[in-house]
Amino acid sequence: MLKYLASRLLTFIPTFIGVTLISFSFIRALPGDPIVVMAGERGLSEERYAELVKQFGFDRPVYVQFWEYLTGVLQGDLGNSFVTKKPVWDEFFALFPATLELSICAMIFAVALGLPAGVIAAVNRGKFFDRALMSTALVGYSMPIFWWALLLIIVFSGNLGWTPVSGRIDLVYYFPNATGFMLIDSLVSGQKGAFASAVRHLILPTIVLGTIPLAVIARQTRSAMLEVLGEDYIRTARAKGMPPGRINGIHALRNALIPVVTVIGLSVGTLLAGAILTETIFSWPGIGKWMVDSIFRRDYPVVQGGLLLIAVMVMIVNLTVDVLYGVINPKIRKR
Amino acid sequence: MTETAAAAVTETARPNRLREFWYYFRENRGAVIGLWVFAVFVFCAALGPWIAPHDPTQQFREYTLLPPAWQTGGSWEFILGTDPLGRDMLSRLIVGARYSFFVGVVVVSIAASGGILIGLIAGFSPTWLDAIIMRIMDIILAFPSLLLALVLVAILGPSLTNAMIAIAIVLQPHYVRLTRASVLSEKQKDYVTSARVAGAGLVRLMFVTVLPNCLAPIIVQGALSFSTAILDAAALGFLGMGAQPPTPEWGTMLAEAREFILRAWWVVTFPGLAILVTVLAINLMGDGLRDALDPKLKRS
Repeated sequence: MLKYLASRLLTFIPTFIGVTLISFSFIRALPGDPIVVMAGERGLSEERYAELVKQFGFDRPVYVQFWEYLTGVLQGDLGNSFVTKKPVWDEFFALFPATLELSICAMIFAVALGLPAGVIAAVNRGKFFDRALMSTALVGYSMPIFWWALLLIIVFSGNLGWTPVSGRIDLVYYFPNATGFMLIDSLVSGQKGAFASAVRHLILPTIVLGTIPLAVIARQTRSAMLEVLGEDYIRTARAKGMPPGRINGIHALRNALIPVVTVIGLSVGTLLAGAILTETIFSWPGIGKWMVDSIFRRDYPVVQGGLLLIAVMVMIVNLTVDVLYGVINPKIRKR
Repeated sequence: MTETAAAAVTETARPNRLREFWYYFRENRGAVIGLWVFAVFVFCAALGPWIAPHDPTQQFREYTLLPPAWQTGGSWEFILGTDPLGRDMLSRLIVGARYSFFVGVVVVSIAASGGILIGLIAGFSPTWLDAIIMRIMDIILAFPSLLLALVLVAILGPSLTNAMIAIAIVLQPHYVRLTRASVLSEKQKDYVTSARVAGAGLVRLMFVTVLPNCLAPIIVQGALSFSTAILDAAALGFLGMGAQPPTPEWGTMLAEAREFILRAWWVVTFPGLAILVTVLAINLMGDGLRDALDPKLKRS
């Protein structure tokens, strides 16, 4: 086990350095003079330019510059935003809870509906229910979620007036941002209606962001269940006269869950890509919207730092899933 | 079943692969429906400007935001209504098909040819080179695809061409991994050893001996990434980082229509529906392809 863990960690390090190298090259790959880009100032005088070259370290060899960038990153120094002048690191972690809250809700939504849907489809294989569920899943899987979001807004916010169109909570409520999770903060604040408002703001973004994972989980659960249902021990359980609910729900599902859990873990990247679109449409103040806004504002330190932090986040989750998978399934460790 | 068995007995030659493929593909009704929808899509892409009732960029100023024909106030001249600038929705959708089709074809060609080449090299190269190539692919895969595409477009400048390049780069690692995995398992087999013993050179071994036997999963991946490419290009267009207005690209059309969502449902609904139907048709075809090409899943 330790050997497996070490080998996984060993592949993590070069990937991390590579990801850092990409975000390091980002500013240098932009069209135009990187000094002018990074200074974010117009009409630089010659003295100021020379000063900036020195300040940003462009007078030194590239590998020294990269080394300094890398050591800076490891100490949490990602530079400051052009727009707010605040450190990128602080901004990222101030906005991250919003994205995390949305992603967790979307994942709960996807698992809560996708898992039973997959099980029901597998148990009723080939019947009407199976076909209907799997057709719906394929539609969900093919969904352009930015359009899906607009449709939901038209129906639920426009026609029915049930849900708000943007933001995390109504502006009339104000309370300290203790955890960054609006659901918890609003509940703790004890203000009447605050929690309900937060929930109503969450519903549409959750559905939009959860749609594709939901479809993937439903399809994956179905195929994993079908595989397990063909195993000998299931036949044995049937022969013993065990009730079908117990066979499907406990014996089969437990073993079908292993590949499903992997899929859930590995869809973090998909979730973050979806968060970019979802947050932009619903004006959700998370890192997805922050990245898109920064790209439009040409706030390059933010784009550079955000890119790196998001990639590292995805890598850590993938590594964790890999290691956990090795813990659950010893066969994997041998490879 | 008996028919094919009889055919196999009478024909000593290899059974016609295309016919065999079609036999299995036809069994999947969804895939056949998908194929028909895709055919309509290709037809629109090829002949768009000639079958569209109006010029997609012509502005009928006296008919702005006209509802579809079946609603009150609609006109049969503009079956799906007009957009805020008075352009015919149906014409824009038909002509827009060619942008999506173009995106799909270009992205899949670039990503697949590059990915297959790199994957073959990785599969045949010494361990250290293989490790380096795969680590580079891991690095690309660490970034969420849409985010990486967005940043690449920010570097290259927003346009449909740059969006295609960015999406192709993002999709490439999947082909590399797939090709490499197939190559590694094929390389063990006897026919490759015998080809090597017979004196086949490395290039011949790579492209003539091994590659054709790795193609099935790659073709399926091709169908899947065709739909991913269309979705991503539309998403980039929607974010203002893909095709630029007034191009009738479906994602860009949606972005332009956003402010009218509560006043004119049709300007929002139809472009998205076009994306959904196209992507769905391609995914249905992809499922059919997988069933027909993957011998493990064939019900014999």
